[in-house]
Amino acid sequence: MKLHEYQSKRLFAQYGVPIPRGDVATTPDEARDIAARLGGRVVCKSQVLVGGRGKAGGIRLAQDPNEAGRVAGQILGMNIKGLTVKKVLVDEAADIATEIYLGIVIDRGKRRLVMMASSEGGVEIEEVARTKPERIVKIVIDPFLGLQQYQGRELAFGIGLSKDLTRDFCKIAEGLYNAFVGCDASLAEINPLVVTGGGKLLAVDGKILLDDNALFRHFELAEMRDADEETPEEQEARRHGLSYVKLDGEIGCMVNGAGLAMATMDITKLYGGAPANFLDIGGGAQADKVAAALRIILSDPNVKAVLFNIFGGITRCDEVAKGILEALREVPTAVPMVTRLVGTNEEEGRALLASANMITAATLAEAAQKAVAAARGLSCAGQAQGEL
Amino acid sequence: MSILVNKDTRLVVQGITGREGEFHTRQMTEYGTNVVAGTSPGKGGGWAAGVPVFDTVREAVEATGANTSIIYVPARFAPDAVLEAADAGVKLVVCITEGIPVLDMIRVRAHLDCVGVRMVGPNCPGVITPGEAKVGIMPGHIHTAGPVGVVSRSGTLTYEVVHALTQRKLGQSTAIGIGGDPIIGTGFLDVLALFEDDPRTEQVVLIGEIGGSDEERAAQFIAHHMSKPVTAFIAGQTAPPGKRMGHAGAIIEGGEGTAAEKIAAFKAVGVQVASHPAEIADLVAQRAR
Repeated sequence: MKLHEYQSKRLFAQYGVPIPRGDVATTPDEARDIAARLGGRVVCKSQVLVGGRGKAGGIRLAQDPNEAGRVAGQILGMNIKGLTVKKVLVDEAADIATEIYLGIVIDRGKRRLVMMASSEGGVEIEEVARTKPERIVKIVIDPFLGLQQYQGRELAFGIGLSKDLTRDFCKIAEGLYNAFVGCDASLAEINPLVVTGGGKLLAVDGKILLDDNALFRHFELAEMRDADEETPEEQEARRHGLSYVKLDGEIGCMVNGAGLAMATMDITKLYGGAPANFLDIGGGAQADKVAAALRIILSDPNVKAVLFNIFGGITRCDEVAKGILEALREVPTAVPMVTRLVGTNEEEGRALLASANMITAATLAEAAQKAVAAARGLSCAGQAQGEL
Repeated sequence: MSILVNKDTRLVVQGITGREGEFHTRQMTEYGTNVVAGTSPGKGGGWAAGVPVFDTVREAVEATGANTSIIYVPARFAPDAVLEAADAGVKLVVCITEGIPVLDMIRVRAHLDCVGVRMVGPNCPGVITPGEAKVGIMPGHIHTAGPVGVVSRSGTLTYEVVHALTQRKLGQSTAIGIGGDPIIGTGFLDVLALFEDDPRTEQVVLIGEIGGSDEERAAQFIAHHMSKPVTAFIAGQTAPPGKRMGHAGAIIEGGEGTAAEKIAAFKAVGVQVASHPAEIADLVAQRAR
């Protein structure tokens, strides 16, 4: 789960990281009032869950409260990479001398948290890793000992930070680490961490990704979820305990198991089609879950054919078949369906679907080829009707 | 021979009185696995799925000589269950549970490394040595004993591949699902090393997916440490960046962990890569001739 900049920075502040004074506005008037309270120059920052806000014109300076109101009015409602801006963070404008980077990631290979610092702040760390990897300093954190003070110093000296800032930097590193662990994050970064003209450190921008698996012990964080992070279909899927990702192809895929679902998507591409979605119905799915899954797939107007690939283990093929029939009763459709059922109760499942006018296949390769052909058939028919 | 589980496996089931635990205990026993005990705190002294139930893993190990544990307890209790098994003297812990917080798993894995206990999983289907022992949730009947070692980050995709191998009369020495989480107990490298040393395994099938760089490391390991042929498959060529594809670990982050990189890494060291699951069995069959 992604947190907004303002949410991330407020969490950092709770752990002792200095952030600019500021507040969130949803209207131009609110933005003007916040700017008036802050006094002086402010920066208006769109709060959307995508990168590249600055380039898109979603981060702008304002010299006084009236300009802040005008700028916020222009930013609110902007479309940035498909997301509408609903909130603007109005922060006091920092007096920036230099920008550095400080972040924590989970290093899967090392199986440890790794803290990284770089003198090249203000740009994406991946970009620095590509172009100037020698400018990134890393330390590996022991899960039982936690971040040690010497490690903070190694980072500070490693990036050539002015020595009178070492102590403050180490406190920020400690705060970031405590925030990461305290929130069960999977990524936390301050970018840029600014050295101001007055010689202070200030976390001007921040980002936190949370571990979805740990949200059960962080109700207050789970409530911060922005509905815009997911499409309506993805939200609906999550409510039903389904794992769904919308893609832009024409073949809807319903599969049990994440790996098999990816392999099913891939094989439709191999045979000249494109998957409309990733969808894992999970192990032991019951009919109602399958019906919900099919409704979600069919709600995508791009879908020209649906491919069911079920390898029954814990999941029973007859349960899946019942779910398909249930969904088709509720949402009648002309979209052709290809089913491939193997494993537990496959005979019962096939018998249930025999009356449902489905294309059947014995292997995944055959099912994918038939789904691609069916999708083309329907789109041709649609064109022919259009021409009439 | 085989790896990790066999006829000498004496299994304790943690969470045996739960729906999943009880169901799969019956399935494992039916397959021929020597399930000697179950645990369920507060329900010690009773029986479930035909085996005695204990309050703690320590009691179960002392009373039955269990040497392997399988875990079916919910995610929020699973890290504790793994540590309990390790502390009780079990040498292999298979954790089926999905949804465990990653920071918990970092600490658990670090502790297991200190005390020398192996974990398979979490978020995995388990381990099966066909004809000897099934320690997991995979359908037993699709497997058959033979010379092909199978290691995979997936569940049902592994069944798909094993099913195809069995239909071609290509039996399996052991099939292992290592799990779809970012931090797991036993990785590709561990399993490849075990297969290399296992006399019954003649060749290996490796099924990877997007996310992380374990496949790239596996490719290097194969190039430098393996004499047995390996056939690979990578799922997720059509997966978009930044989106989690079901498994917590299946995500392309910062442009890293793509299927294309992994496939290239295997091809660079001469490992055959199948273009779709059914082709895996074709490639293995060619090798087996």
